[in-house]
Amino acid sequence: MAHFTKATSVKDWLNQRLAVEKVEKVMMSEYWIPKNINFLWAMGMVLVITFALLLVSGIFLLMYYQPNIQTAFDSVNYTIMREVEFGWLWRHVHGVAASVVFLVIYIHMFTGIYYGSYKKGREMIWISGMLLFVAFSAEAFSGYMLPWGQMSYWAGMVITNLFSGGSLHADGLVEWIRGDYVPAQAFLNRFFMLHVLLIPLAILGLIGLHFGALRIPHVNNQEGEEIDFDAEAKKYLDGDKAGSKVMRFANDFMSKDMMVVGIYLIFFFYLVFFHYDFAMDPVNFDPADGLKTPAHIYPEWYFLWSYEILRPFSTNVGLIAFAFAQVIFVLLPFLDRSPNTIPANRRGLFGIWFWAMLVDMIILTAMGKVPPSGIFSTIGLYAALTFIGLWIALPFITKMEKEV
Amino acid sequence: MKNSSRRGFMGKAFGAVAGVGAVASLYAMKKTWDPLPSVKAAGFTTLDMSAYNENELVTEKWRGKPIFVLKMTKDMMAKASDKEKSRLIQVGDSHFMVCLGLCTHLGCIPGYNPDEKTFLCACHGGMYDYSGDVTKAPPPRGLDIPPFKVDGNKLVLGEKGPEYTKMKETGITL
Repeated sequence: MAHFTKATSVKDWLNQRLAVEKVEKVMMSEYWIPKNINFLWAMGMVLVITFALLLVSGIFLLMYYQPNIQTAFDSVNYTIMREVEFGWLWRHVHGVAASVVFLVIYIHMFTGIYYGSYKKGREMIWISGMLLFVAFSAEAFSGYMLPWGQMSYWAGMVITNLFSGGSLHADGLVEWIRGDYVPAQAFLNRFFMLHVLLIPLAILGLIGLHFGALRIPHVNNQEGEEIDFDAEAKKYLDGDKAGSKVMRFANDFMSKDMMVVGIYLIFFFYLVFFHYDFAMDPVNFDPADGLKTPAHIYPEWYFLWSYEILRPFSTNVGLIAFAFAQVIFVLLPFLDRSPNTIPANRRGLFGIWFWAMLVDMIILTAMGKVPPSGIFSTIGLYAALTFIGLWIALPFITKMEKEV
Repeated sequence: MKNSSRRGFMGKAFGAVAGVGAVASLYAMKKTWDPLPSVKAAGFTTLDMSAYNENELVTEKWRGKPIFVLKMTKDMMAKASDKEKSRLIQVGDSHFMVCLGLCTHLGCIPGYNPDEKTFLCACHGGMYDYSGDVTKAPPPRGLDIPPFKVDGNKLVLGEKGPEYTKMKETGITL
């Protein structure tokens, strides 16, 4: 057993037992962040804060929500919205945060792509990040089932039908996932469990992995410069704070991080109080009805781009294209064959690829929202083909790239 | 095993026990997610076929799913091709289209236009004719026909009669 002495203070008492000073250094004051970064590097903290908002609002919703197909709809739209004091607040925070979190995730992702933050030892950061994206998608979908409105029901029907695998006709698998021939009580109960326990657990684990993956390669910077973190940290600790290329995570980096978070939260609560309706589909204010499909089924905006890749093709081709779109981003570090870790605008063809991909995904998102007919159908088809084409072209154009 | 130590053996022994336990647990978890017996048992619907009007779509319910019943007019029967006729069910002197009212693409409910005599799925634009056969992609095939048995003037859904078995064998439905 280690030797313990009489503590001189509460901090010393804790220090002897938990090494709190050391933990503080490792996690905060001597966790080094490059100085050459911009506000886009604050998106990680914005996501942490948004996740915390989802967790807290979710805890309060959980106290009144009833996972039963007879009562779920009213427990949300009557009990929580009208009876529970400030119930509307938790619901609107939860709904808006679930939507906005994807906006920030996309910004975070495209920042990583632009600055090459998935290369040279940062592959696991990227991969764990994409796993988080998948987990958040599953969390969003399972949560969308819970109010048991028309969109919940029919989104549940359509998405679980994807698992029949087109011509494979794995109807048994679909019925197994639902626990019934159609989405019903067993379905609602198990998606409730997934939404409030299993997927959040997975998300927490993945967040740990995502942060852990940052420790060795460290945070990237605006030039993709390879920094000797030990040498720069030493320079900083020896007093040359201005000359060092790094700064402390806390409080140096955190102070600016929280500044961005502050601005974000003003925008966020503006949405919660005045524009929450964008995250509340009017169709979902009709109770679920298995004998009546809404005239036009579409997912929430953050799934539209991948939905539009599914839509223009016949079932089997569509499913393959959809599966391709779901996994291809994970492979980015291996499909990018260039040795350069620099911003996309200095990488020749890749710079064009980056903007083409971004614009294409915006077009796919827009086309996914409109009814699938006429000119929109055609634009959607070409945008989907462009998406696939860009990914096939990626290894070739990055292979040709000259080392800078 | 020749060079393995006692610890190595204990490790392997534990691995074997844990492996059996893991497989058994997965089996139990899989079975727990299966549809319950009560869900499976509630699977029969009987329809009185004398109650339908010609060219008027009626939606019945079977296993929580919508069932389209459409009685053919003489005109519709005269225009129907052999392939379309093979999808219809004869009860007495009348012919009926009886199909699962779920688009074979991704399971939305198509709408019926009695003037055009066609079905249109609003989700992804698929179309079907009045026999339920597909006329425009993305649906990969015509509307599925539920298991049925003709019983006098009645139709029992969920039971497999000879007419249904024949449709299944000839690939008219899945």
